[in-house]
Amino acid sequence: MTARPLPLPLRLLDAIGRWAIAVVEALGRFGTFLAGALVVILTPPFKFWAFIDRINYIGFRSLLIILLTGGFTGMVLGLQVYLTLVRFGSEAFLGPAVALSLIRELGPVLAALMVTGRAGSALTAEIGIMRITEQIDALTVMALNPVRYIVAPSLLAGLVTFPAMTAIFDTVGIFGGYLVGVELLGLSQGTYFGEMQTFVDMSDIMTGFWKSVSFGVIVTWVCTYKGFNVGHGAEGVAKATTDAVVLSSVLILVWDYFMGSVLP
Amino acid sequence: MIKIERLVKWFDGQQVLHEVDLEVATGSITVIIGRSGGGKTVLLRHLIGLLRPDGGRVLVDGVEVSRLRRRALDEVRKRYGVVFQGGALFDSMTCADNVAFPLREKLHLPGTEVAKRVEAGLAQVGLEGMGAKYPAEVSGGMRKRVAIARALITEPQIVFFDEPTTGLDPILVNTIHHLILNLHRKLHFTAVMVSHEIPEIFEIADTVAMLHEGRIAEVGPPAVIQASTNPVVRRFIRGEPEGAEGT
Repeated sequence: MTARPLPLPLRLLDAIGRWAIAVVEALGRFGTFLAGALVVILTPPFKFWAFIDRINYIGFRSLLIILLTGGFTGMVLGLQVYLTLVRFGSEAFLGPAVALSLIRELGPVLAALMVTGRAGSALTAEIGIMRITEQIDALTVMALNPVRYIVAPSLLAGLVTFPAMTAIFDTVGIFGGYLVGVELLGLSQGTYFGEMQTFVDMSDIMTGFWKSVSFGVIVTWVCTYKGFNVGHGAEGVAKATTDAVVLSSVLILVWDYFMGSVLP
Repeated sequence: MIKIERLVKWFDGQQVLHEVDLEVATGSITVIIGRSGGGKTVLLRHLIGLLRPDGGRVLVDGVEVSRLRRRALDEVRKRYGVVFQGGALFDSMTCADNVAFPLREKLHLPGTEVAKRVEAGLAQVGLEGMGAKYPAEVSGGMRKRVAIARALITEPQIVFFDEPTTGLDPILVNTIHHLILNLHRKLHFTAVMVSHEIPEIFEIADTVAMLHEGRIAEVGPPAVIQASTNPVVRRFIRGEPEGAEGT
């Protein structure tokens, strides 16, 4: 005997319910994954050399792209902000405007987006390939926790490298602004840096710092999770990599707004 | 002894294992044969605890491994060695580091002892002097041998082989089989192997189990399987295509 089909409104409700359960389950798996990694981070043995390797992988190898994007972001800011300020006769504030934009907002966000594109995607692809070639299973059957060897070092490295990359991005960006504002447009060096010291305080730097730390967690969490739970074959790895970059980028922007409205 | 009792597994509404029963005697070589997609690897993954059954159980020396939590399961796994189908070598490490990995991470042996054992382990599988190469730099047959060396380096009591000769030429297939047989004679481990290398596996197996569409079609010593009157077994060992009548 076949069951009677549900009426349309109930079928709709059924579909929404199934979708909601699937979303909650996925969020639960996502959260449990991070919780598991945090437990592993806090309990020995610590994989120090794996951590150093991940700093190299996520941070050092992203240095060139950070230097390039940081420099040109500062130069664009220097030019556009100067052209705006000069209309009000306030070009003396170019230094603080460039520095505050970079330190509070653009530095953490753009550095995180750049590292996501360069290292986050590579991290997901690498872990995804380890999954489909059974390297993660090999660790599991050796009675070794793969999260300790693969996820925890990346998360820890994210905590260290994202603030470092942001600091480099900010510094290079400020000098990019200097190059355009002082060297090309004729603002005095003393005005550029002097006003910066007056207007930029420690709370601005800490805002950028906490943002970069949280982006480090978000990106490495998303990218390792997506790699760990990859689908089948090359197509699965490609999809996981795309998903990881898209989700990380969206979360960076959403979280940036949230942090911006909470932090001083 | 490994005992599989009424093992059931479903994937996405499709039943892959149908109440599978099988016993593997301690110290024996048991080979699970069957067509591709018949559930052999799924069965093996239950034995090593990478899959949980939807019904039935797996017992290793009386311990029900299919219900153990991770920590307890890891204690059982310390007695395991596993050779995966593709080798599952860590591609960021050299062959020597791959073999050394379980010694460093599981047994925490000092460097000199690790180096000595790795050298002996690689020599055992005929790969002296190849330790410095990365898995991507060696042939498929060599990768399989490195994987065997890594699985055996901690002298496990039970070794699982998931199609260890897939994709190799007939000479390498025989080389790997004889290597496994020789190592088994030397180290006396219990071996469970998934394979469809017919007739080569009859030379090394103590017991052969034919898995067909998720069910054990026949179990017995190689001679019994070779003389089987079961049409499914006969067709498989003769390599007859679907629908062809046996002669």
